[in-house]
Amino acid sequence: MTDDKKNIPEIMEQRKKYEAKVEKVLEKRPERRKEFHTGGNLHLKRVYDPSDLKDFNYVQDLNYPGEYPFTRGVQPTLYRGRLWTMRQYAGFGNAEESNERYRYLLSQGTTGLSVAFDLPTQIGYDSDHPMAQGECGKVGVAIDSLADMEVLFNEIPLDKVSTSMTINAPASVLLAMYICVGEKQGVPANQLAGTIQNDILKEYIARGTYIFPPKPSMRLITDIFEFCSKNVPKWNTISISGYHIREAGSTAAQEIAFTLADGIAYVEAAKKKGLDPNVFGKRLSFFFNAHNDFLEEVAKYRAARRMWAQIMKERFGVTDQKAQTLRFHTQTGGSTLTAQQPENNIVRVTLQALAAVLGGTQSLHTNSMDEALALPSEKSVGIALKTQQIIAYESGVANTIDPLAGSYVIESLTNEIQQKAEEYINQIDDMGGMLVAIEKGYVQKHIQDAAYAYQRAIETNDAIVVGVNKFQIEENNKDMKLLKVDETVGERQIKNLKKMKENRDNIKVHDTLEAIRKAARDESQNMMPLIIDAVRNYATEGEICGILREEFGEYTENIIL
Amino acid sequence: MAEKKIRVVIAKPGLDGHDRGAKVVARALRDAGMEVIYTGLRQTPEQIVDTAIQEDADAIGISILSGAHSFYFSKIISLLKDNNASDIIVFGGGVIPESDIPSLLEMGAGAIFGPGTPTSVCAKWLEKAVAEKRQKETV
Repeated sequence: MTDDKKNIPEIMEQRKKYEAKVEKVLEKRPERRKEFHTGGNLHLKRVYDPSDLKDFNYVQDLNYPGEYPFTRGVQPTLYRGRLWTMRQYAGFGNAEESNERYRYLLSQGTTGLSVAFDLPTQIGYDSDHPMAQGECGKVGVAIDSLADMEVLFNEIPLDKVSTSMTINAPASVLLAMYICVGEKQGVPANQLAGTIQNDILKEYIARGTYIFPPKPSMRLITDIFEFCSKNVPKWNTISISGYHIREAGSTAAQEIAFTLADGIAYVEAAKKKGLDPNVFGKRLSFFFNAHNDFLEEVAKYRAARRMWAQIMKERFGVTDQKAQTLRFHTQTGGSTLTAQQPENNIVRVTLQALAAVLGGTQSLHTNSMDEALALPSEKSVGIALKTQQIIAYESGVANTIDPLAGSYVIESLTNEIQQKAEEYINQIDDMGGMLVAIEKGYVQKHIQDAAYAYQRAIETNDAIVVGVNKFQIEENNKDMKLLKVDETVGERQIKNLKKMKENRDNIKVHDTLEAIRKAARDESQNMMPLIIDAVRNYATEGEICGILREEFGEYTENIIL
Repeated sequence: MAEKKIRVVIAKPGLDGHDRGAKVVARALRDAGMEVIYTGLRQTPEQIVDTAIQEDADAIGISILSGAHSFYFSKIISLLKDNNASDIIVFGGGVIPESDIPSLLEMGAGAIFGPGTPTSVCAKWLEKAVAEKRQKETV
């Protein structure tokens, strides 16, 4: 592209000719729309050329894969060395049923596990809590104590798989359980690999499974950073998530702006605790959505990588290259799936997954075609996984790194998304940071406005969704084989819980819980070892979170409409 | 005299945190001229029914994406009965398999709107349902 620069006068001459031709064509046949824009409402030009990248500087803007600012990828050989981890989010019913699904996925060639917990588990209630009624085992697996976790990972060697757990407010408790299962399997904590989501800020913004107010929540998170740097060094201590922000309706630029702003808040909190970002920074990971607008999505991942490297280096003075890199998981966009003509979702997911791969993702979940209707059936999960395998082994896109780099439009969109996202981050900085911005409803309001604008666009046919507002057909999906979660999961879970409580050493449980209470009052103490101790003695998740609820209080939603 | 505005409670029962749909519908119904009370997350059936009665609502719209729809619909509808408030219309949407819809309607739900339903369809249905309800009440 340096050659392009020298040739700009000549190129502009050609462009004048082209524009004259376009004028003529437009007289005869106007374009399909007056204005074209990306899914995230960025203006799209008719054609991009070298003049769009006048200030382009290869080394500064892109550089080679594995080199700052990592625009082209976090690792020098990327998928030529090792393909991304194919990691399907799964879990339902009780631990036994989910264990079966995991072993099925592993037998089908999935390379990492991803645990979905049911809502009571995510919100720190045992299955016998009144708020858990009707919800046990529904959107994920019900876990009350270490006893359930032992069943969940039965015959799955924790030194051979990496496990991602979508758990936030009670992340310490579930991580503690995982560590204890490892102990029982003879796998020491320093060999465990995996991720906990542990990202509370986006729960306040977009996902809703918060328990405690921001301050104690941030303490629990930074306690985990500290504990894992010393004891579970291969663990990703947080997965800073834009996925749910996007699902709540944000644009692509907002997705990375708010995610990176959350990241900034975590780094600041950890620094305040005295932790070194060169150390804990290596274990921060990210999680993004793969939405429909193909070019914009590819540009988004590249922009996010470059921005985070710049933030870590320039804002936080991080010198360790590993701590500057943004490693991320991607999931295809659940809200893009349609209940109408569900087979079409296979194609949507394919395109979204391709964007994630061209964007250099480290791991990927592909949604199943039936997920606008229910949890996925085994068959549809199989197709979703095969979709990744076809991209990996047949399409050829994994064989050269960052193949879309240098495309005028891709580089322009990468720049533009970065610029847009930086504007949001600057506004958040001016407000006093992400915690204040959330408290004021600034983030929620922007997301909701974008969500509403998108819904309006569909209803006015400005945005087309095949099968929903165009190309509809008469259909009958009543006979589709959907997964049904057994309604008796709750009862069975409660029975087992009762039995487990009768058989454990209740004095020990009481003592370990009281130790947690004491530590909760003393910020200089790290909570993790005490939580592990309680979990090892079969204290339940609800008991531990119950103590913390008493000590920390509960967050109440700031309703923005 | 101007027709009394339709009052509707949009509710998120239980632990489900997906509130995009609920908020979009709430805004669309408001833009369609209705008075909308949005409950926020983590409401118990008792809280939802209390809100609807206190707010003198014509209808309750329930959004559930967690698979717990059968439980919450039946609980809310029976609580309305217990409170002599069965005249309040109950409708809803979310991730609800088609095969579950007949049983929800049988319980007394007025309508279930699946993913992809235009908000205008929902608003029109509600206008009609409330008009019919009010006509019955004046007879």
